Amino acid sequence: MNLLKLVWLELGQRKTQLISGILAITLGIGVIVAIRSISVVSEKAVAINLDNLGANIMVLPQGASVDNYYAADIDAPTFPEEYVERIVTSELKGVDNLSPKLTRRIDINGQKLVLTGILPKNELASKPIWQNSGLFGAELNAACGPSPSNESLGYKDEKLQRKSIDSLGISDCLIGSNAASRLKVKEGDKITVAGTELKIGKVLGETGTIDDDRIFAHLHTVQSILEIKDQVSAIEIMGCCNAISDGLLGKLRNILPDTKITTIGQIVSTQIKTNKLMNQISLIILIIIVFVGGISIGNYMWANVNERKREIGILRMIGYPKSSIYYILMLKAAIMGLIGGIIGYMAGVLIAWFLGPYIAGINIAPIPILLLWSVIISVFISLVGSVLPAWFAARFEPYSNMQEV
Amino acid sequence: MTNILTVQNIAKTYNMRDGIVYALNDVSFAIKKGDFVSITGPSGSGKTTLLLALSGLIRPTSGQIIFEGKHLENASDKELAGFRKKHVGFVMQNFSLIPYMTAIQNVMVPLSLNGHVSAEQQVLSSAVLELVGLENRKNHFPRELSAGQQQRVAIARALVNKPSIIFADEPTGNLDPALSTEIMEFLQKINKELNITIMMVTHSPQAANYGNVKIMLEDGKLNN
Repeated sequence: MNLLKLVWLELGQRKTQLISGILAITLGIGVIVAIRSISVVSEKAVAINLDNLGANIMVLPQGASVDNYYAADIDAPTFPEEYVERIVTSELKGVDNLSPKLTRRIDINGQKLVLTGILPKNELASKPIWQNSGLFGAELNAACGPSPSNESLGYKDEKLQRKSIDSLGISDCLIGSNAASRLKVKEGDKITVAGTELKIGKVLGETGTIDDDRIFAHLHTVQSILEIKDQVSAIEIMGCCNAISDGLLGKLRNILPDTKITTIGQIVSTQIKTNKLMNQISLIILIIIVFVGGISIGNYMWANVNERKREIGILRMIGYPKSSIYYILMLKAAIMGLIGGIIGYMAGVLIAWFLGPYIAGINIAPIPILLLWSVIISVFISLVGSVLPAWFAARFEPYSNMQEV
Repeated sequence: MTNILTVQNIAKTYNMRDGIVYALNDVSFAIKKGDFVSITGPSGSGKTTLLLALSGLIRPTSGQIIFEGKHLENASDKELAGFRKKHVGFVMQNFSLIPYMTAIQNVMVPLSLNGHVSAEQQVLSSAVLELVGLENRKNHFPRELSAGQQQRVAIARALVNKPSIIFADEPTGNLDPALSTEIMEFLQKINKELNITIMMVTHSPQAANYGNVKIMLEDGKLNN
C-alpha cells in the first residue's frame, strides 16, 4: 500500500464519477486538438499550393507595372544582374530560391509571343508546376512552413538542379504549350528568334498563365539576342510565407532600394489571416476549457471530498498528516488530468480524422507533439481546479468518521 | 508500574448560543501500562470527548494530557498525527474501514504510514489477520464480511503497528450479544497477552465489566 495505490483504488471505486469529472476537460482538449490538427495540416497544404504557383516575390525595376503579377516583367525596364548576388550574399532567412529573368515581347512568324531568359537552375525551383510536366521528373516539397519550426525542406534531390542546367543548353529553349501550338512546333524542332536558332528541348504543360505563351531560353542567350548585356527585368524569389510576414520584403528593399518588390499578396495575406483566425479560435477554446474544465474538475472534487469525509477522517485518525491528505487529492487530480489529456487527444485525432476531409478537404494525420501539450494543459487545469477542495479536505478533523461529539 | 497516561484537570468547552458548554470539566486521573479502562456514563456525559482528547484527535481547552512523559495538549497537528501513527490503535463502533479496500489492504494502510515496504506490509498484515481469525477472508471487501468480522479487521488494523494503547469507542455498539462477547474477549486477550493498554468507551455494563479500571462520567465530570 502506498499513496499512489490508495488513489488508484479510490479512482477505480468511482468510475462513473471519474468519467463525468473529466468529461468537460476531455471534450475541450478533443476540440482543441482537432482544430490544431486541421489548421496545422491545412497551413502546410496551403504552403504547398503556394509553392506550386511558383515564386511568390518579384523584384522589379521602379518603373514596372504590377497590375498583373505574372506579366509584370514583360517590357519592364531593366536593372543589373548583379542584384542577384546582393541578395544571395545577404543570407536573408526565408529566401529559398532566386530566378533572374529578362523578358521582352517578340514576333516570330507573325505570332506575338514572349521571350524570357532564365537561369534554369533557379527557374526550376521557382516553377515546381513544371516538375509535373514530366520535364524533370521530380516533385518539390513545400518551401513555406506554417511555423518557424517548419523550415524549408528544400529539394529532395539536389542533383535536380544540375540536371536542369544540363538540360537547357545555351542554344536550347523551352516553349509554352500555347506558343508551341501557335508556331506548330514540337520537341526537337528548331525556331529562329531574331536571327538566333534555338532547339526546342520540351513543350511545357498548360499552366493557364502567360507562361503558356512564353519561350524560355538561357538568360545569357536572351541578353545577347536582345542586346541587353548583364541586365535583367525581374528577379523571382521563392520566399517563405512566415519570413514574408516577419518582414522579408522590408529587408529586401533595404538591400535593393531602387527596385519595386511585390508579392502574391492576397494569397499570402489570406493564408496569414486564416492561420491567425485558427490560432485565435484555439486560444479562445483554450481559455474556455481552462475555465469550464477547471470548474468541472473543481466541482467534482468538492463533491468527492464531501462524499469521502468519513474516509478522510479515517486516514487522519490513523495518523495521516494534513499534507498527505492534500497530496493524495492533488495526485488524484493529476491522474485525472493525465487520463483526460490522453483521451482528449485521442478524441481530437479522431474528430480531425473524420472532419478534416469535409472542413479542409485534406486528410489529417495525428500530430504527436499535441499529445504532450494535451497532457500538460489537462493536468494543469485539473490541479488548479483541485487546489481549493484539496486544501479544504486536508483540514477535515480526524474524528470526522466518528459519531457526533 | 509506571503511568502510561496522566490526565490533569482537563476541560473541553464549546461556545454555544446560550453560553459556554462544558463537555469535560476538571477531569484528572492516571492510567498504568497494561490497564483495561472502561469509560461509562449517560449520553452527553463527555465519554467520547474524553476519548478524542486522550487519543490526540482534539485538544482540550485547558489542563494537561501526558503520554509516556510527553505533553499532548499543546502538540501541533503534525506531532499529534505522528503520535497516533506510532503509539495508537483505534477500534470504532462503525468499524471505520475503507470500503473499497480489502481486509488486508485496510490493515496495510497504517503500515505504509510507518514506512514498511509492500512485501513487509503483506507479511505483517497476513500475520495479524491470522491472529484475529480472518486469514481466509483477507481478500474480502468490508461489504462481504459480517459485522463481527469487520470489527475484527478493525482490531487487526489497530494491532498491526504494535501500539502502546488502543482507544475503543463503543466497539460492541453495532454487534449482537454473542458477537459482543467474542469481541470483548478478544480485546481482553490482547490486553493480557500483548500488554496493550485499552481505553474503551461503552454504554454496555457487560462490556464495562471487562475493564480493571472503571471511569464514570456525568456532565463532563468524574463520578467515581
